[in-house]
Amino acid sequence: MAVQRLGQYTVQLSRPPRITAAFTLMGPREGAGPLGSYFDGIVDDYMWGETSAEKAERKYLEQAARRALQAAGLTEHDVDCFIAGDLLNQIVSSTFSARSLGIPYLGVFAACATSALALGLAAMLVDGGFARRVLVATASHYQAVERQYRYPIELNIQRGATNQYTATGGAAAVVAPPEEGAGPRITRITFGRVVDWGVTNANDMGSAMAPAACDTLMRHFQDTNTTPGDYDLILTGDLAKVGSKVFRALVDRAGVTLGGKHMDGGASMYTPEQWSGAGASGSVCSMAVILGYVYKEMARGRFRRVLVLPTGCLHSPTTWQQGDSCPGISHALVLEND
Amino acid sequence: MDRDQTAIQGAKDYQRLVQQLTPKPNAALLAARAFVVGGTICLVGQFVFDWFRFRQPTEGEAIAATLACMILFGVVLTALGVYDDLGQLGGMGAAVPITGFANAMTSAAMDFRREGFVLGMAAKMFIIAGPVIVFGILAGTLTGLVAWLAGGR
Amino acid sequence: MIYFWAFVIGGLICALVELIYIHFPRLTPGHLLVGLTVTGAVLNGFGWYDALIKFAGAGALIPVSGFGASITRGVLQETQKLGWEGLFTGTLEFVGLGIAAGVLFATLAALVSVPKG
Repeated sequence: MAVQRLGQYTVQLSRPPRITAAFTLMGPREGAGPLGSYFDGIVDDYMWGETSAEKAERKYLEQAARRALQAAGLTEHDVDCFIAGDLLNQIVSSTFSARSLGIPYLGVFAACATSALALGLAAMLVDGGFARRVLVATASHYQAVERQYRYPIELNIQRGATNQYTATGGAAAVVAPPEEGAGPRITRITFGRVVDWGVTNANDMGSAMAPAACDTLMRHFQDTNTTPGDYDLILTGDLAKVGSKVFRALVDRAGVTLGGKHMDGGASMYTPEQWSGAGASGSVCSMAVILGYVYKEMARGRFRRVLVLPTGCLHSPTTWQQGDSCPGISHALVLEND
Repeated sequence: MDRDQTAIQGAKDYQRLVQQLTPKPNAALLAARAFVVGGTICLVGQFVFDWFRFRQPTEGEAIAATLACMILFGVVLTALGVYDDLGQLGGMGAAVPITGFANAMTSAAMDFRREGFVLGMAAKMFIIAGPVIVFGILAGTLTGLVAWLAGGR
Repeated sequence: MIYFWAFVIGGLICALVELIYIHFPRLTPGHLLVGLTVTGAVLNGFGWYDALIKFAGAGALIPVSGFGASITRGVLQETQKLGWEGLFTGTLEFVGLGIAAGVLFATLAALVSVPKG
């Protein structure tokens, strides 16, 4: 069998599958942000009528998944596999959604980079013929994540310029072979290494993740023999304002010019009036920007070829309290129109 | 890859880069905000104290009543969902007064109530306030012991 | 005049802790509150903190350093009365009320309110 790889780190898909349908379902704060018009559904109530934040997060994930299936004109029986992830311990939101969906389930975790991990795995499964169609979903919820990673919601904490605000919502997509409908194709995937440059400040996740994003980007460029000029947009996920600045400085040092091609999902989620910190984070953040903003702008023909580079901060409250630094990860996907 | 010498050197270089690019917090402004918020809470406390001083038999009881009253203020503001905004505004100015102590207990109690009254609310009520009590008692007892021994007993 | 000093001393204690907080990102508010409580408790071993309370009233009493100072004050008083047993009986003499009030009110709040955010 032919090896479908480029260089040391990159996967080259032979019949690149498509994202045939996508659905983004976001909370009120995200809906009121600059990207609000790109989301398919805005829920007015954070808790969505549920009694706990965890139940609400689960609902966001499951509803986004069901509506993505609907948008593709499919039912649970038409997909062979459900790949999902979230930020809660034991990725419970994904697991409990899988319980009610009844589709064979692969739970994955890469913190806020889960989006690219799930989409990349789905594309490989479909391309390899191991699944006819795959349903992919991620979700996060401000209150659920905040109280797991940080403090009780109503505690008197002062957040600074590097703090990120966990986005609330769920986003899902159907990945299918290229002959099924339209939508951008996932052509290349570069799964990243875990990179840790010793950032111990868990309130500065952007700086903890920037080296991983830079590492994966450089490996992708090297493997595929491409430059920023080959892409219409290079979208990092969740580095937010401070992390983006650090990321651009690192890329600059490596001798690559991004020019005006770089955009960050986390930095674009809120207006400065909504949140004075660095920007958004959360496993739904990059997924919603990919499936909301990028997906729709590609359908309109504004972008032809986009490199998405979601990043994740892989610390846990326990490792941080024990004095460990925060490792980062980043996975890259190339989305292309025909 | 093991974190060898070059990796450690790289980490140090990186810390410097991050420090250069991270926006510096405006310490003077933040301290001024903490001063005003903390000062105002203490000023309110002084009014409450004076009110009780004329109505309680001893000063000790007036202090106790004042503390209880300030704790009630902190709890009510937390339940109304405004104490976290006060924290964002005043930082330590909202955390340091006894109202912040009440906020720490109440926010945890409200948050973890969903995991049940025993394992949630009661068990987690002191996740932030607990260390203050523990170290307060340790320091107070040790200081008292030293003072008592030095007092010639 | 006591109102002026209550505002200034209370505000200064808060501003000082805020500066430490800004300077050491690795320290959480929990660390700082513990540090301030211990400071109050130790200072009152010499009765210094009670002198500050005399001077600034609520400005010294309301910050958590006043909480620590009250623990020491209780221990000192009880050891003078009872001897070594006072080391144990004195700790909650003046702060027991605060803890009890906190538990009671926090429980009531948890019954009627949910986190917003």
